Formats: sequence, C-alpha cells, structure tokens
Amino acid sequence: MAEHAAPESSKGHASKSTYWLIAVILGIITMLEVAVFYVPLLHSVIVPILLVLSAAKFALVAMFFMHLKFDKPVLTTLFAGGIIVATVIILSMMLLFGTIGPGAHM
Amino acid sequence: MDSHATTFGVPSRKMAMWVFIASECMFFGSLIATYLSYEGKSLVGPTPEEILNIPLTSVSTFVLLMSSLAMVLALDAVQTGDRRLARLWLGAVIVLGGLFLGGQVYEFNHFYHEGLTLQQNLFGATFFVLTGFHGAHVTVGVIWMVTLLVMSLRGRLGPERSLDVEVAGLYWHFVDVVWIVIFTVVYLIQ
Repeated sequence: MAEHAAPESSKGHASKSTYWLIAVILGIITMLEVAVFYVPLLHSVIVPILLVLSAAKFALVAMFFMHLKFDKPVLTTLFAGGIIVATVIILSMMLLFGTIGPGAHM
Repeated sequence: MDSHATTFGVPSRKMAMWVFIASECMFFGSLIATYLSYEGKSLVGPTPEEILNIPLTSVSTFVLLMSSLAMVLALDAVQTGDRRLARLWLGAVIVLGGLFLGGQVYEFNHFYHEGLTLQQNLFGATFFVLTGFHGAHVTVGVIWMVTLLVMSLRGRLGPERSLDVEVAGLYWHFVDVVWIVIFTVVYLIQ
C-alpha cells in the first residue's frame, strides 16, 4: 500500500457536550434494558426489544465515541465487514446446533 | 512516532487497529456463537437463571460505558493540549476499568463457590471462556491506559502524540461494544 505524508489523528469529531449527551443516553438505554428484564408482561417480546436496545447502544458508541460518523467511510466498511462475518458465524452455528430454525429446542 | 497515511488517507496505525478490530469481531463472534449454540443444553446446574446476578452486572455495564466517555474526553484533552485534563480522564478510565475487572473477579469467585466451574457443565465452559477472554481484553486495555498516563506524567503526551491515544481509545471502545453484546446475549436474554 502506498505511503503518503504523515497525517494527524482525526480531529473531526463531536463536541464535549455531545459526548456527555451520548453517555446519558447510553445510561438510560441500559436502565431500560434492565427494566425490560424485570417486567413479566414483556417477557414474550423481550428478545426483539433487548436486541434493538443493544444495537442502539452499539451504534452510538461506534458512531460517536469511535468517531465512525466523522471518519473515512472505509473504516465503517471495515468494521461492518467484521460484524457481518461475526453475525453469519453466530446464526450458522445456532442453526447447526438446532438453537434456531426448524426443530429448535431451547 | 510518525504514522504514514495509507492510500485511503487514514494513518497506517489507525488503519491497522481497525483491521485488528474487524478480526476481533470474528473472534468474539465465534465465542458468542459457541455460547448460544450450547445455551440451555447443560445436563446439570447451576444454570444461568439460578446464578447470574443482573443488578451487579448492570452496574458493571454502566461503569464500562462511563469509561468510554472518560476515554473520549481524554482524547479530546490530549488533542487540545490540556495535559491536566488528559491525566484526569486517563486516570478515570483506569479506575473505571479496574472497577469493572474487580466486579468480574468477584463474580467469578462467587460462581466458583456456587459450584460453577469450567468443567461443571456447558454453561460454565462457554460462559467462562467468553467473559474471561473479554476480561483479558479489558486488562490489556487498562495496562495500555497506564502506559499512556505515565507518558502524560512525564510530559510526553502532547497534541503531537494524539494518534497514540486515539488508537488506544479505539481498542477501549471496541472492548466496550463487545460487552454491550455480551450483557444482552448472556445476562438479559436467558
């Protein structure tokens, strides 16, 4: 890979107040997750709710704290590639072991 | 240390860290896949429902999330040349990371005394391997932060070295997002 002049670290990122706001949102989502766990009424839909809340936290940390929102798109592509492969591994293994799919026995 | 740019215009060390993070996604993906594949297939207890401590782990999760905030504020302080704040936030990352590890040591010790070991059942084997590897990553991160704090105390962590902190921060935030997944998949979805 060709080498060019030495760049500085990325300075295009959110403000301090945005970081604090993201941290507050992350804390609120975590409290919501725990609350959902303890509400028996929601147990039939607990999996999709928790997956959505977890994905939201994941995205907020990746976009703002890891600066993917402000950085080169190639880094997002690289990260997304790893996540996609990991997800395929997880789903394939669960299918193979009968945790999901036809004849699932959890 | 100077870092040359790749053809994508990204510093090579930063690109290397992102490639490493992509590979780590697959590593932790495999461990999570193994945990989920064997979930509910233990022939003897203790089972997750019997032993997992949600309140304790919720606090640990919050602590790790706040350590990510401290990390990003440390990077901001280094980039703006505020050495006092940089030391403060790096110290906060170390303390919060240490608290998380303390919680994990307490949890592992408690589980061991409740009869859950690596050899006890499939849950024990997959749980300890998954969370143990994550804990090992946090430990490496804390050691990394200590080296950055020492560099700062010696006056060798100015704005010109902000890439060092940014790369360390990427690693720390990745460890955080992995825990976000583990907390949901292992602790909350039982």
